[in-house]
Amino acid sequence: MATVDLNRVRKSYGAVEAIKGIDIAVADGEFLVLLGPSGCGKSTLLRMVAGLESITGGEIAIGGRVVNGLEPKDRDIAMVFQNYALYPHMSVFDNMAYGLKIRGVPKAEIQARVAKAAEILELGRFLDRRPSQLSGGQRQRVAMGRAIVREPAAFLFDEPLSNLDAKLRTQMRVEIKRLQDRLGVTSLYVTHDQVEAMTLADRILVMNHGVAEQVGTPLEVYQRPASLFVAGFIGSPPMNVLDAHVEADGRTLALPCGAALPLPHPQPALNGREVKLGIRPEHVAVSADGALSVTVDLVEALGADTVVYGRLPNGEALLVRMAGLPVCREGETLRLDAPPPALHLFDGATGRRLED
Amino acid sequence: MQRRVIFDNKALPYLLLAPQVAVTLIFFIWPAAQAVWQSVHLQDAFGLRSQFVWFENFEAVLADPNYLDTVRVTAVFSLSVTALSMGVALLLAVLADSRIRGAGAYKTLLIWPYALAPAVAAVLWMFIFNPEIGLLGRALNDLGYAWDYRLNGEQALTMVILAASWKQVSYNFIFFLAGLQAIPRSVLEAASIDGASAVRRFWTITFPLLSPTTFFLLVVDVVYAFFETFGTIHALTHGGPGKSTETLIYRVYQDGVINNDLGGSSAQSVILMVIVIALTAIQFRFVERKVHYS
Ligand SMILES: Nc1ncnc2c1ncn2[C@@H]1O[C@H](COP(=O)(O)OP(=O)(O)O)[C@@H](O)[C@H]1O
Ligand SMILES: [Mg+2]
Repeated sequence: MATVDLNRVRKSYGAVEAIKGIDIAVADGEFLVLLGPSGCGKSTLLRMVAGLESITGGEIAIGGRVVNGLEPKDRDIAMVFQNYALYPHMSVFDNMAYGLKIRGVPKAEIQARVAKAAEILELGRFLDRRPSQLSGGQRQRVAMGRAIVREPAAFLFDEPLSNLDAKLRTQMRVEIKRLQDRLGVTSLYVTHDQVEAMTLADRILVMNHGVAEQVGTPLEVYQRPASLFVAGFIGSPPMNVLDAHVEADGRTLALPCGAALPLPHPQPALNGREVKLGIRPEHVAVSADGALSVTVDLVEALGADTVVYGRLPNGEALLVRMAGLPVCREGETLRLDAPPPALHLFDGATGRRLED
Repeated sequence: MQRRVIFDNKALPYLLLAPQVAVTLIFFIWPAAQAVWQSVHLQDAFGLRSQFVWFENFEAVLADPNYLDTVRVTAVFSLSVTALSMGVALLLAVLADSRIRGAGAYKTLLIWPYALAPAVAAVLWMFIFNPEIGLLGRALNDLGYAWDYRLNGEQALTMVILAASWKQVSYNFIFFLAGLQAIPRSVLEAASIDGASAVRRFWTITFPLLSPTTFFLLVVDVVYAFFETFGTIHALTHGGPGKSTETLIYRVYQDGVINNDLGGSSAQSVILMVIVIALTAIQFRFVERKVHYS
């Protein structure tokens, strides 16, 4: 087990800068999720830690040892790939034993370690099979078994569940969580799925265009998104973002639709300025004397929740998520309220959160 | 997954197959049948009369001590050509598959020999190996090494092996390269994370995963070495000096066309056919078991 430290890590492909200087210190035993949209550089960053991509700038250290110049095999890490990357011509047993054989582990110990991993992952019955004779979920478990038996300093996961169907993905997510609780190995886990990130992570690093937008626990990232990007990426449906004007008196936010909302915390620096106001759909509540008035465009009943697509008087859209079955119909007008703690303010130009 | 195509017209499928069937009939079945017919007949010198002689032609061929020599030359030649052309092609394909500078141009250049007629290629080899005007041939003689493939049988055999292999390298290269590129990069990456060196990755991952390609090329190359090298040998050495580069297929031509022994020549073609069919069957029976098809 070990810490993983990234120090101003950069990566360029020719003139294209894929990673623009990322700093993160992953603690021993921590589960860090790299979350971001496709193409933001998550895999590139992970592959630099693995040693599969060269490092253009900065430093990567595993267990306090700088690994920039080391081959993948000398970094003491194990990796699980999206497409499993199993050795198709080897049995499940040989897939898991391959790395141990190369490292000269005695036969008896290989047997024992593989047997133990197979027991944890419930693969005992499949040890003689070829990967092609397994289902997707079983293959991914073999890939994890191959990582576990090595007993590495850190696990690297690159979208390990993306090739599975929705139901299996949920099941495997729970298994990974259990495995992590049991083994406590430092892990870097790449995904574009916010549910995976929220459920698995000790901390999430939200990435966009090769930069770290925010690093924090799942709740921090949800409750205090550091930027409009994070606000829009985390949460489903995404946060509503409206234009707003902070009145000169510093107490109220005036919206173009005519509504006025109380400013959550007085911030003299903002008086008289234009800002972006973020409100999560689930934090808007129906209230007879609410400040916001919306016309209902569309109602989606999901069973446990209902999503209402509303329209403010000036035509701006507002999404509302309510618990339970629908209480309104299309065409109806609703009065809604958003309590001050649910309001997030962002700088319109930089997109960064305006600290409160 | 099985795909079935449904034709409305019953005749259409046969019509679509007809050209291929016609080619096979005219250029393979008919001559093969003729060879079999002729191999059990004796013809006079003018081809006017022929007489059924049972297996006399075969007996004569097999009793000829020269024939065993030809078999030996063919074995050495075919084994060398197959091994050399596959080995070199695999090496080049591995190099081309790794990201080297100018890989595109390199691949194109490697494919060219395949498009060259055997006679043209032979002229090229002559310019290299001819003892008087050839680049390498002259250099060898200047250095005091007595190089003359027109006199030395072993040198001649070496040269036709080189020339025949060189021509087949292109073909093998294309297939090996395609095979290599079909191996998922992540599997090799997983192996390098597991601790395997480049050499070990090649022998434990790449080579086994390439086995369908290797097996296919083995079958094709053996057939190539047996049959399709006629042009190369004919243009370079005419089977000589002596009979040192005379392979089975060349001898068929030599005895049939030059020496006018149609019965004996046909018997040889039938034997050759049987040998190649047997070799191919053996390959499918024993080698294919070790092949991993994904
Ligand atoms: N080998 C490469 N050559 C050039 N550009 C690359 C290469 N690999 C990745 N990129 C670019 O780097 C960026 C990040 O890619 P990647 O790390 O795969 O994203 P993600 O895993 O977040 O979807 C993308 O814009 C991609 O086009
Ligand atoms: Mg990726």
